Amino acid sequence: MTTDNVIEISGLRKSFGAHEVLKGIDLVIPKGKTVVLLGASGSGKSTLLRCVNFLETPTAGTVAFNGKPVGTPKGTGGERSYSDRELRALRAHIGIVFQQFNLFPHMTALENIMEGQRAVLGRSREEAAARAEALLARVGLAGRGGAYPSHLSGGQQQRVAICRALAMDPDVMLFDEATSALDPELVGEVLRTMKALREDGMTMLIVTHELGFAYHIADEVVFLSEGRIYEQAPPHEVMLHPKGERTRQFMLGHSEFRLPHLD
Amino acid sequence: MHYQWDFSVIGDNAGLLLWGLGNTLLLTLIAILIGTPLGLAVALMRLSSRRWLVWPATVYVEVFRAAPALVQLYWLYFALPRLTGLRLGGFEAAAIALSILSSAFLSEVFRGGIASIGKGQWDAARGIGLSYPRMLRTIILPQAIRRMLPVFLERYIELLKTSTIAATVSFGDLLFVAQDISYRTYRTLEIFSAIAVMFFLVILLCSQLTRLVEHRLARSGEFTAR
Repeated sequence: MTTDNVIEISGLRKSFGAHEVLKGIDLVIPKGKTVVLLGASGSGKSTLLRCVNFLETPTAGTVAFNGKPVGTPKGTGGERSYSDRELRALRAHIGIVFQQFNLFPHMTALENIMEGQRAVLGRSREEAAARAEALLARVGLAGRGGAYPSHLSGGQQQRVAICRALAMDPDVMLFDEATSALDPELVGEVLRTMKALREDGMTMLIVTHELGFAYHIADEVVFLSEGRIYEQAPPHEVMLHPKGERTRQFMLGHSEFRLPHLD
Repeated sequence: MHYQWDFSVIGDNAGLLLWGLGNTLLLTLIAILIGTPLGLAVALMRLSSRRWLVWPATVYVEVFRAAPALVQLYWLYFALPRLTGLRLGGFEAAAIALSILSSAFLSEVFRGGIASIGKGQWDAARGIGLSYPRMLRTIILPQAIRRMLPVFLERYIELLKTSTIAATVSFGDLLFVAQDISYRTYRTLEIFSAIAVMFFLVILLCSQLTRLVEHRLARSGEFTAR
């Protein structure tokens, strides 16, 4: 079966002990589209994003990648079992960028970007280095490949982390509050990089607190509340004319929401 | 005090003392070379999510950490032949006992080092699809070992000192050679003063090396995990 949806999530549940964080999520991410997850802290945004590449294992429900459900059914409650091999292959096709960058501190920027290419894609050292250099140039860091993460600013580190994910030629990119740990003056450079990716046709799932940015970049905004999708629509509907009371309250609570200039 | 110090005995037996020192260093080196990878393997077993790997490793560590080194050595040297008919030489018995002992201690150092690496590093490594052995080898262990380097060197120095138990099973290490010379010459004070200085110098060298490495690691910000 072919599909234009890179990711299809259905009936997804996730519990940590007795606490159910996600209570049945259905969501598709169409190819080339950008979906932004909004919601108060604790609403389950990051957990949902981490379930897409199985850094968190869903308690129940399915995630399908390019039309193919991941894992095999187990038991009767919608549980599935996942093989390590299958998840590794999946993660190689899904890029993820973290709030804290999580660059490997003992490797240079270039080595950070080469590691996955070498170990997972089996690229030669020359090939991986060439790709890493090209990606660094694309995010405005040409010639900084030899720098260790501790010698780069937060914004530069995050752009290297984006390169590390892109080097795997992913079908979809996940951004988990990618600018939340940055000083305000460094946020713009990372947002611009993400915007450029969208213009190149990358499929993206983004968790962010930058509402102005969300408004500009999203094809679809998903508002999560208490582990469920509360409202979902294009950004001008959800963000300017919210239907639900909780969405309205959330937008009011972010009264500093304004449309930034990204160019 | 009418003791007449006579250090000529040291010069007369210099070759023998150096031979003993060589044996001590060799024994320690072998225990390090076997005990370190074995300690890593035990640490990985204890960190595993599979319980059938965790509990034998836990028992191993607890047993061999609790038993005094000399007891382990005597068991291997005197008790094992009675049980199995397998007779080990002094060197073999000491090398095995010290390897096992150091692996039990070092596994805890490895375990602490690996556990100290933040979740973000594991997430990032899994996020690009690395296999578990690969992420250990290129991401986790290089950082863990750098962080634990001073502790490793301290353990190795401790092992060097503990290796003197080999003298009790007639292995010709520095202590054994010293005893041998002092029985022949009655120059116990001179001999044991000399080997105390030899140990002191070797260990001073090691600890200076440790300090140098620590200093260099502290200066280079590269390895500061965040």
